[in-house]
Amino acid sequence: MNEHELRAAVIDAIVEVAPDVDPHTIDPGASLAEELDIDSMDFLSIVVALHERTGIEIPERDYPQLATLDDTVAYLLERD
Amino acid sequence: MPSLGADMAEGTLLEWRVKPGDTVRKGDIVAVVDTSKAEIEVETFQAGTVAELLVSEGTRVPVGTALAVIEPLMTGAPVAGAPTPAAGAPTSPAGAPTPAPGAPTPTPSAPTPAPSAPTPAAGPQTAAAGPPTPPPSLPVPPTPPHPLGEPAGDRRVRISPIARRAAQALGVDISTVRGTGPAGAITRTDVERVREPSRPAAPAPTPEKQAAMRQAIGALMARSKREIPHYYLQIDVDMSGALHWLSEHNLERAPQARVLPAAMLLAAVARAARDLPQMNGFWIDGSFQAAEAVHLGVAVSLRGGGLVAPALHDADRKSLDELMGDLRELVRRARAGVLRSSEMSDPTITVTNLGEQGADLVHGVIYPPQVALVGFGAVRQRPWAQGGMVGARPTVIATLAVDHRAADGHAGSRFLAAIRRRLEQPRMLDDSSVPTPTHEPQQGKEPA
Repeated sequence: MNEHELRAAVIDAIVEVAPDVDPHTIDPGASLAEELDIDSMDFLSIVVALHERTGIEIPERDYPQLATLDDTVAYLLERD
Repeated sequence: MPSLGADMAEGTLLEWRVKPGDTVRKGDIVAVVDTSKAEIEVETFQAGTVAELLVSEGTRVPVGTALAVIEPLMTGAPVAGAPTPAAGAPTSPAGAPTPAPGAPTPTPSAPTPAPSAPTPAAGPQTAAAGPPTPPPSLPVPPTPPHPLGEPAGDRRVRISPIARRAAQALGVDISTVRGTGPAGAITRTDVERVREPSRPAAPAPTPEKQAAMRQAIGALMARSKREIPHYYLQIDVDMSGALHWLSEHNLERAPQARVLPAAMLLAAVARAARDLPQMNGFWIDGSFQAAEAVHLGVAVSLRGGGLVAPALHDADRKSLDELMGDLRELVRRARAGVLRSSEMSDPTITVTNLGEQGADLVHGVIYPPQVALVGFGAVRQRPWAQGGMVGARPTVIATLAVDHRAADGHAGSRFLAAIRRRLEQPRMLDDSSVPTPTHEPQQGKEPA
């Protein structure tokens, strides 16, 4: 998957747990936890959705690397 | 029409999930009711065959109105009465049973020829003099009242009303959708997955619903503070062992099977509640009624504001993996606005976990008529003294609010200590049959 597709996948996963978030205006540098109010349950759902969509499995020890949308896309790009 | 809110006087029968001729078992969802704050899936505690639907979809009726007639399987004699699981056990969306003022509620002595599940402790079931105080714990079957499978008879697509509306709006044929909800039910997410990814965000709850929810929460919390003499205790818990155990547990697991620390906290509370039942029950008519099961209320914040605290049934009897699965499902449905009446009415003790939002500890407000609320703050690195040395460990502050009418500080303190023991011996959390040791070797004398 290219960066565009990965970014779309991450945005979809975020919007699925946070349907009040406008996918077109997500701040790519915003903290998922604090600014988008995504908790550990939501985050796990995002990890599951990304695994299903991209085939990339994210181990728990790497969770801290996925702090923002940009961070998450960069992480996935490295592992695609 | 069950009462599902502190101030609920009427409800709208939104949708029937059964029709005359269908066979229903205890726990089957038979209808969806709109309480004006939330849509609740109503389960039946009457098994049998649906004889007649008395109220049509879209009709608003007062609480206590008979909705349908279900003929018990055994005798075939019709039983007049609403298939309401809340036979006098109304609850608010925040999870606390309260009497609906002025509204007739079905009395506990409504005729049910088929002997059903064991009734809870005798106290709440006897008719009270004066205004009927509905019993908070329902005559639930020993097993969790989840839908027990397809009704005998024609196969029907199980779909939530939100999903059905989404399917209509998006032009999706529901017979082509694979359901991932409970018992294979089609959820809104399932419907939306059929479509292309770039779809508009799901609509937020209407301002009216949000305002109604705010009012309900406010009324309940005000009542709690007015009526319940709260006392508060706190304890520091070393989470290093639990987190280490959890990371090993999750290491080889696919994301779908991973367990969150939150599930461990809930498991510890559930098992402690089983061991120390003074915290697990209700204050009704001037006395404490211990609950027969541990149905753990979980405070779930809703995006856009609002709070519900639905029950994880029999939380003390589940393995950690089962509890995690149930928790995921419960949170998902709470946030999708599709909870079940038994989840609203059954909590016997509630946990609120606010650590992820940043708070170090919670001074909570008990949901009447429960008698206790457990709070957890953030798990963070804190100084910790062990063996005369100070180091840094991940710790969490657990708090307990207790109704002082029901239990004294001594019992509360022991309860918090039991929670801590469970968390500091994480292996115990995964095997619900293993009792936790009740004595810590280094403690002082036991009271006489």
